[in-house]
Amino acid sequence: MLDRIDFDVAPGEFVCLLGASGCGKSTLLSLIAGLGTPTSGSIEVTVGRPALMFQEPALLPWLTAAGNVELALKARRVGRRERRTEAERLLTLVNLTGQGRKRVHELSGGMRQRVALARALAQDSRLLLMDEPFAALDAITRDALHEELIRLWSEQGLSVVFVTHNVREAVRLGQRVLLMSSRPGRIVREWRVEMTQPRAIESPGVSALATEITHHLRAEISRHAR
Amino acid sequence: MPVDDTTVAAQDHRAFEAGLDALEAPTLPPRPGPGAVFLRSVLPPIVAVVTFIGLWQLAYSTDLKPSYALPSPLDVFWTLDQTIRDGRAWDAISISVSRGALGFLASLAVGTVLGLAMWRSRWLRAAIGPFVSGLQSLPSVAWVPAAIIWFGLSDAAIYAVVLLGAVPSIANGLLAGFDQVPPLLDKVGRVLGLGTVGRIRHVLLPAALPGYLAGLKQGWAFSWRSLMAAELITYSPALGIGLGQLLNIGRELNAMDLVITSIFVILVVGVAIELLIFAPLERRVLRTRGLTH
Repeated sequence: MLDRIDFDVAPGEFVCLLGASGCGKSTLLSLIAGLGTPTSGSIEVTVGRPALMFQEPALLPWLTAAGNVELALKARRVGRRERRTEAERLLTLVNLTGQGRKRVHELSGGMRQRVALARALAQDSRLLLMDEPFAALDAITRDALHEELIRLWSEQGLSVVFVTHNVREAVRLGQRVLLMSSRPGRIVREWRVEMTQPRAIESPGVSALATEITHHLRAEISRHAR
Repeated sequence: MPVDDTTVAAQDHRAFEAGLDALEAPTLPPRPGPGAVFLRSVLPPIVAVVTFIGLWQLAYSTDLKPSYALPSPLDVFWTLDQTIRDGRAWDAISISVSRGALGFLASLAVGTVLGLAMWRSRWLRAAIGPFVSGLQSLPSVAWVPAAIIWFGLSDAAIYAVVLLGAVPSIANGLLAGFDQVPPLLDKVGRVLGLGTVGRIRHVLLPAALPGYLAGLKQGWAFSWRSLMAAELITYSPALGIGLGQLLNIGRELNAMDLVITSIFVILVVGVAIELLIFAPLERRVLRTRGLTH
């Protein structure tokens, strides 16, 4: 499914993986996360276990918002008292101060995804993998989360690998955008995004580069027509 | 002044996001007040019971059946009152409920182990799964003659029938609970770095709990039914008079008032245990997950 994929992510770098359905971008992320092993080749993660966010918040519905964050801390064997204060700190970081006691069903889609983000941060990994995490959200909420993510990324010095099929999102967020082909999934082109953060998704710079990348993405997809 | 700009931007963003949260967070409908609860869920069954007793009284007054076959509601009430006063009802209830509880706990242990084994071993599940499911539809009264031949007229025979009735429901409930766990949640456990034991304890078991509880509830209903069937048929002075046997005595004496009294007590005890133990447990589990209001 994947073929001759070769790329590095520098510490503190934000890389977007862009591709149509079936290009194996989610598979690639699972491999980096250690949820599977590649049939050939190797993946070297130098920063320990990466954190991973999915398209669904995937919160445990029998736990509170804070309980979900605390489970990640528990997995790291953080002590009980420290877990509580640390979860509160992380929820504040994603702008959910004082909402820790709420159950998952009492939160909106955007709030759930932010709890999932806090849980990912609780893993205390230098590498955050994100698998189309905002694809199921409405445009306004997605905009808010883009801002949130960029703020956290620049404050925390994380490396992020962000998978998406939304070209503007990729240009809005990434410092580098990698375009993947489908069947087999290969990295066919790469762009450096020189604009500084924070940048708006509707800015002319983002638009111009997105138009260029979309052109290549469409050409890549058209190759599959027969 | 870039510092001020950033601070302003951060504040703007916080306000924007807080506004979104306030607009988008699901608003749950308020819990109904006591008056509404009474009108909606308490009054209708009372009306039904009163109507039923009225029709019964009407049938009695018009001599639809001879009075030994159809006693009046009041006759039955007096018999019930007397059965409670002379202690027969309490004795029968305590014998049956302690048997039911013990039988259910044994079924719980066996059913849980069986369910776990079938979940762990694909082969075992393929081999005995269809039979366990099939047993659920076999009325457990069918086991009574076999149990009497194996164990004689003894408590062992009664417990055998109860176990055969309840174990399949509990095992299947646990299996259904495990099957319903979304694979994504297990993935989350692995991403967080939980080991096998940690994933079972923190993810799998809590996720499977609603299905397991539904199985336990059905298991109790089957235990109680099987117990009554077994008590009705299995009689020996050494066994004491449980509710099923009380019913049988009514039949042998041709005393319809005692028969109806026994049926009534059996029903009330079964429903009471369901309402006092299983319903609150289930409601709590479902409510924390937002599955019921």
